[in-house]
Amino acid sequence: MTRRQPPARRNGAARRRVLGIAADGALILYFLFALFPVMWMVVLSLKPGHELLSTYFSFTPTLDSYRTVLGAGEDEGVPFVRFFLNSLVVSLGAVGLSLVIGLPAAYAAARWRFRGSENLMFTLLSFRFAPELTVIIPLFVLYQQLGLFDTHLGMIWVLQLVTLPLIVWIMRSYFADLSPELEQAALLDGYTRKQAFFRVALPLVKPGIAAVSLLAFIFAWNNFVFPLILTSSQAQTVTVGALSFLGGDRPKYNLTAAAALVSVIPPLLLALTIQRYLVRGLSFGAVKS
Amino acid sequence: MSSSTEADHGAASSDDAAVAGAREKASAADRGSGSGPAAGAPPPAGPGAERSVPRWRRSLRPYLLIVPALLLTGGILYPFGLGLYYTVFDFAASKPQPDFTGLENYRRIFTDSSFWDSAWVTVLYAVGAAAVETVLGVAVALLLHRSTLVGRVLEKVLILPLMIAPVIAAIIWKLMLQPSVGVVNHLLRPFGLGGVQWTDTPTGALLSSIAVDVWVYTPFVAILALAGLRSLPASPFEAAAVDGAGWWFTFRKLTMPMLWPYVLVAVIFRFMDSLKVFDIIYALTEGGPGDSTVVLQIRAYLEAIRFQRYSFGLSYMIVLWAVVYLAAMVLVRYLGRIQNRAAEVSR
Repeated sequence: MTRRQPPARRNGAARRRVLGIAADGALILYFLFALFPVMWMVVLSLKPGHELLSTYFSFTPTLDSYRTVLGAGEDEGVPFVRFFLNSLVVSLGAVGLSLVIGLPAAYAAARWRFRGSENLMFTLLSFRFAPELTVIIPLFVLYQQLGLFDTHLGMIWVLQLVTLPLIVWIMRSYFADLSPELEQAALLDGYTRKQAFFRVALPLVKPGIAAVSLLAFIFAWNNFVFPLILTSSQAQTVTVGALSFLGGDRPKYNLTAAAALVSVIPPLLLALTIQRYLVRGLSFGAVKS
Repeated sequence: MSSSTEADHGAASSDDAAVAGAREKASAADRGSGSGPAAGAPPPAGPGAERSVPRWRRSLRPYLLIVPALLLTGGILYPFGLGLYYTVFDFAASKPQPDFTGLENYRRIFTDSSFWDSAWVTVLYAVGAAAVETVLGVAVALLLHRSTLVGRVLEKVLILPLMIAPVIAAIIWKLMLQPSVGVVNHLLRPFGLGGVQWTDTPTGALLSSIAVDVWVYTPFVAILALAGLRSLPASPFEAAAVDGAGWWFTFRKLTMPMLWPYVLVAVIFRFMDSLKVFDIIYALTEGGPGDSTVVLQIRAYLEAIRFQRYSFGLSYMIVLWAVVYLAAMVLVRYLGRIQNRAAEVSR
């Protein structure tokens, strides 16, 4: 320890550099943990079936697993392409219905203060935290009676539990951020309230609508417990379908890996487009970036 | 930034994270009544088309806008009410003509050791997952906040695990943790740890499921914490630097108190979601080995769907629902208090 200044500063700089490298190293370690499983699935899905257990890192890659999963899936008794389309239909349907019903409600809750609105908002928020089976078990009985069991419509309806609270809460926070003066001005210009909503308010929150719709789509797509219990074959989705390759007496690891990868492609692609909006979306409008 | 729909619109401090309405809820609870704010008049309309709309129709408008949402909400509340109703019967597939049994189902649950086992596993899972995710998520956020080149590149892919369906994540890890052919043991073999039975021992199965939860949801905490870090005011930190405060002191006395509201939002979400975990356990262990990872939602699934004892399975769910509801109330109250304190620190 010297009493002269410059060496001390040099030591400080060196120490900072070492700490910086250590911090970057720690980050890289975490990201290895975060990304390795996905990369490993790619490796596994490209392995030929007969080499699954023998060679580990050196093999001739093949797309056979994908061919089996996507094309001749019928051989395996798992119509994966149909599951994929089912996921698409029910997720799109759920988001569409939530938008039609949720946007007016979100606007009303943001612009007026009246007795019903807070109660509705909190009821919706409680849906977000309610244990799913509380509603699904009665629905399981009810759907059998109503003929909604294993149908797209039944799935779209129950997925509102996931999509509607998200869309109403986030869109209310977007509408609330919008200055009411803009709509007031439109009203002064002779617009009706309806026109002010459709021509002024709605276009201004369009980015928010796009982001929240994609996020709701991702959550609907990733849902597992609803299709597990409320569908059997016709309306089954990829999340349930991906498990079927693990069943049986000889689980097919490479097919499972291929199915898992195919089923995560849509949510991953969509997620990359809405990075900027994620904070507000994931926290239900509680945190804004 | 708090989303304020309250009377003090705009007066809310601009840099605290707030669960929208949390403060309203807390104040409503303090008043001891749940009565919402009275109906406000719609904003005055100028001379124009809006004028010709009669006043009574204008005041009805917000109600018309929420009617569809109310109907749909009712459609979801109906099965919930039905479920509550079932729990006082002994409804099962073997008993399509159920008898009224009052609170018998609940009495059976609370005197049944398997319920307490499930409750214990559920709490262990939720506390474990939420705690690890919080520490790891905040650490990752702090590291990314330094904004080095490495960090900026990695931040782009931070959310990948979070967007993968939890059930798929569990499948992926199941493949990796296979004792004989899984890649994890393969990589550990050089270190003499090639034969770990990851999901085949009670403790291992629970830890493995928590690990999958951590893998999926750590980015959730990290993203919220990072948003918090980026919105903290600069002046207190500049003052601390001028005073020559060390890193640890700054972190303890400044960063954490101001960051805590953001992190707490993440913690609340994660803790509440882990209490009702289903997908990860179902795909990874199916509750096994034995009953060691049968959390409450898995127990209810086995009772109601597998064994078709609807009423009994639902009783589990109603108990869990009540616990989640109480936990939410306590946590949201606490969040409100923390936010007020954080607002003081940043002043």
